[in-house]
Amino acid sequence: MDLINQALPWYVSGPLIAITMLLLILVGKNFGMSSNLRTICTALGANKTCDFFCFDWKGQSWNLLIMFGAIIGGFIAFNYMSGGNTPEINQEVVNELKILGFESAGNSYLPVELFGEDVFSSLKGVFILLFGGILVGFGARYAGGCTSGHAISGLSNLQLPSLISVIGFFIGGLVMIHLIFPLIF
Amino acid sequence: MKSIVNLIIGIFFGIVMLKSEAASWFRIYEMFKFKSFHMYGIIGSALVLGIIFIQLIKRFKIKTFYGEQIYFVDKNKSIFRYLLGGIVFGLGWALVGVCPGPMFTLLGAGFFPIIIVIVGALIGTWIYGLLSDKLPH
Repeated sequence: MDLINQALPWYVSGPLIAITMLLLILVGKNFGMSSNLRTICTALGANKTCDFFCFDWKGQSWNLLIMFGAIIGGFIAFNYMSGGNTPEINQEVVNELKILGFESAGNSYLPVELFGEDVFSSLKGVFILLFGGILVGFGARYAGGCTSGHAISGLSNLQLPSLISVIGFFIGGLVMIHLIFPLIF
Repeated sequence: MKSIVNLIIGIFFGIVMLKSEAASWFRIYEMFKFKSFHMYGIIGSALVLGIIFIQLIKRFKIKTFYGEQIYFVDKNKSIFRYLLGGIVFGLGWALVGVCPGPMFTLLGAGFFPIIIVIVGALIGTWIYGLLSDKLPH
């Protein structure tokens, strides 16, 4: 039981992600989570607004099932496998985050300042989450994939476009953390 | 039957995302600060094994569980869309600390403010659809 309740080290997590991709290939599908966002847009009626969403979204229902599975997996891991335990992040990072105003650094899975229930009554918090989500959704579709589609599937298949995308992910991430964070937190 | 298999793969993926801490905002922040090997180890080891898996499938012409041929489609060649799209994605990834897989895992784990991120991601996807003809690809 102890094993189930521990966080997974990187050398177990990485191979398990590769196995997720392998299983999807072996059932004749592919590993790409952001496609679901497009599918949901179409299911909600976005196909009435532009051609990009005009496709048979029901043909993507297998991927929606993967997504529903990921939701259930989150529920199981959090409630029955101690999945929400505090990550042991670098102490220097904890100190740095406390200075930025993230008091929950080092004692929660996600920052309470952004993901606690109080955030619903904070205009700044809601704006950050909404805007961040918009960037993720827009960027993933523009780049034609996200971490699963490019960083894992694409790079595993030695695709140059995926390498360019992953370099982009890092440029964006570094700019956000090093240049923009000091301005907004 | 196939549906149940897909659902189980998704559940497996969700558990791995939460337990690996790849769904933790703090881990993403730490990664972009280069202060921990954790995320690099995850992505790196996934890649090494992933490359081996795909090479084996190609070399031995392995078929799916259902006996079908496996095809790998090469991605269209370009720089613009991948670099610009990647940068926009990275900005968002670092800000909210989740990518499109973990956002659903966190919903299941009961972090309900993630709903705002998911709504944002849907809006972002929709905006891309509206503008895609006008963007450089």
